[in-house]
Amino acid sequence: MIPRIYIPADSGALALGAEKVAKAIAGELAERGIEAKIVRNGSRGAYFLEPMVEVATANGRIAYGPVKPSDVKSLFDSGFLTGGHHKRWLGTPDKIPFLAKQTRLTFARCGVTDPLSLESYKKHGGLNGLTNALALTPAATVAQVTESGLRGRGGAGFPTGIKWKTVLDTAGDRKYIVCNADEGDSGTFADRMIMEGDPFVLIEGMTIAGIATGATKGFVYVRSEYPHAVAVMNKAVEIARKAGVLGASVLGSPYAFDMEIRVGAGAYVCGEETALLDSLEGKRGMVRAKPPLPAHKGLFGKPTVINNVISLASVPVIMDKGAAYYKDFGMGRSRGTIPIQIAGNVKYAGLFEAAFGMTLGEIVDEIGGGTATGRPVKAVQVGGPLGAYFPRALFDTPFDYEAFAAKDGLIGHAGVVVFDDTADMLKQARFAMEFCAIESCGKCTPCRIGSTRGVETIDRIVAGIEPEKNLALVTDLCNTMKFGSLCALGGFTPYPVMSSITHFPDDFKPAPVRVAAE
Amino acid sequence: MTMQPASTEITSRTAAIIQEMKGLEGPLLPILHGIQEEFGHVPKDALPVIAEALNISRAEVHGVVSFYHDYRSHPAGRHVLKLCQAESCQSMGSDAIAAKLKQLLGIGFHETTRDGSVTLEPVYCLGLCACSPAAMLDGEVIGRLDDEKLDEIVAEVRS
Repeated sequence: MIPRIYIPADSGALALGAEKVAKAIAGELAERGIEAKIVRNGSRGAYFLEPMVEVATANGRIAYGPVKPSDVKSLFDSGFLTGGHHKRWLGTPDKIPFLAKQTRLTFARCGVTDPLSLESYKKHGGLNGLTNALALTPAATVAQVTESGLRGRGGAGFPTGIKWKTVLDTAGDRKYIVCNADEGDSGTFADRMIMEGDPFVLIEGMTIAGIATGATKGFVYVRSEYPHAVAVMNKAVEIARKAGVLGASVLGSPYAFDMEIRVGAGAYVCGEETALLDSLEGKRGMVRAKPPLPAHKGLFGKPTVINNVISLASVPVIMDKGAAYYKDFGMGRSRGTIPIQIAGNVKYAGLFEAAFGMTLGEIVDEIGGGTATGRPVKAVQVGGPLGAYFPRALFDTPFDYEAFAAKDGLIGHAGVVVFDDTADMLKQARFAMEFCAIESCGKCTPCRIGSTRGVETIDRIVAGIEPEKNLALVTDLCNTMKFGSLCALGGFTPYPVMSSITHFPDDFKPAPVRVAAE
Repeated sequence: MTMQPASTEITSRTAAIIQEMKGLEGPLLPILHGIQEEFGHVPKDALPVIAEALNISRAEVHGVVSFYHDYRSHPAGRHVLKLCQAESCQSMGSDAIAAKLKQLLGIGFHETTRDGSVTLEPVYCLGLCACSPAAMLDGEVIGRLDDEKLDEIVAEVRS
């Protein structure tokens, strides 16, 4: 048997030098005259071990990492092709604690299979969900998804099945499935990982959505900051089309479904679903007022399902193993698993898929291992730029939509960004306002003007001009933005601002006092 | 000075791109991406051609082009360096990285060096948050930026 070597081509691994490692390994193979197959897999998500190289041995896969190009010669000398010992030896990947503790449903194949091999996809349970869905009526498929308790993983947490049912029940000569892959939130990379590491699962999920709701065309709107994901998705769609997974007859059934990959143009607000639809239509990415709901009048005015990448990529496993299986994971009204992305100043950064219900403290301290700098954790921002900053005092909050909402926070797309005690929360609050000002689509006044006034008012606090009065003004402004904005950009910018003010009041004291306090 | 193509040439090359994309549903963004790839920016002279072909006003085309951060009105430098300035990278010192890079290159964000070698831009998240601070040089991703990597980047863009 020809040895197989797995070297991730995931952006995160590439950013840490995977390409140089791949070249070095290929060079060494040639030099030693060894025949081997190099598979460019996705990442398993343990980025502190990337580039993580794996070899398929008689005893299963053995991982090595983080591998530097300078390690390659000695890896060969140590017999790594048969799992030989080396200082980078990690053993069986599934037994690496960071990976062993996870519950991988959506990300089951990510980092394991060859992302562009449909054979490999099928061998690992791929297309079972779609095959099952084809044997059911559309209404029965929608009922399964509803029953699973799956909620929108983009952040809003709206039940996916209910959304699908609305589209199924709405008459239309043409319906669309739109996948929101405009993953703009800092601290999140789950969408990117799945698109680069297991693109067929998204294609399968969208196809199931199409068949279940009567839509025949799908669009994936990927942000332009993800060129590798765009390339992989385009290739995967092409392969799926050739194999008859997509096209006029999905897997030989009477159903038709095809899809296109579209690339954004660097506007954060296009992650908002209605702005995304406008952008797809070739307009400025302006937020639409609701109603009408996209499910009634979405893309080009047609009934449209718009779901996040992870919501759609979670559908195949639900349709494969059943709603009850998926629903069995989780807590309260948050069912199933969630890929938590542990990022920022953290020792063990990466993607950790687990059932809902872990506490924030477990995620940051136990899984993440505390800060990368070794300093105490000061704050954790959960849910991207529009998420609240949580202090250690709230580390007992379980990862659950309702529990976070009860503490004036949000899960969002499940990004967790850790900050050490050098973080200046006033600076972070100012950045939130500044970011909103840069990215506002400009349609509603609270967001367009409020964010700019917010920056100015915070600057006055920094300058020591009537700090108490201006702090009260920021609070009032946040209230206006929260309740008066058209979408989550203006409406949620108050979360990082107010949580900074509430939980870290010392950072908002006038400069002389702040200096004296240190 | 970069040579600008003559306006008739812009018109014909733009028309060819439009022809290729016109059949798509919602073709404007793909057309603009195609034009930017062709010219390195979206030339003013391309706008009326698009407006005419898609039967929309020039104002609408201009509105779309100016809305999105990606579309350039002028060509960029030979290299484009995007430095992430979002929260995850902030937590790992991206402010200091940005300050150092600006000093090394002698330019600020949204500026191009006088020799036209590099354009520096902020970007708000590259999805490399598990290896912050991150950057992208000509589409290639770089994680865990430090002084050594900055020096390598500067050497590469200057070569």
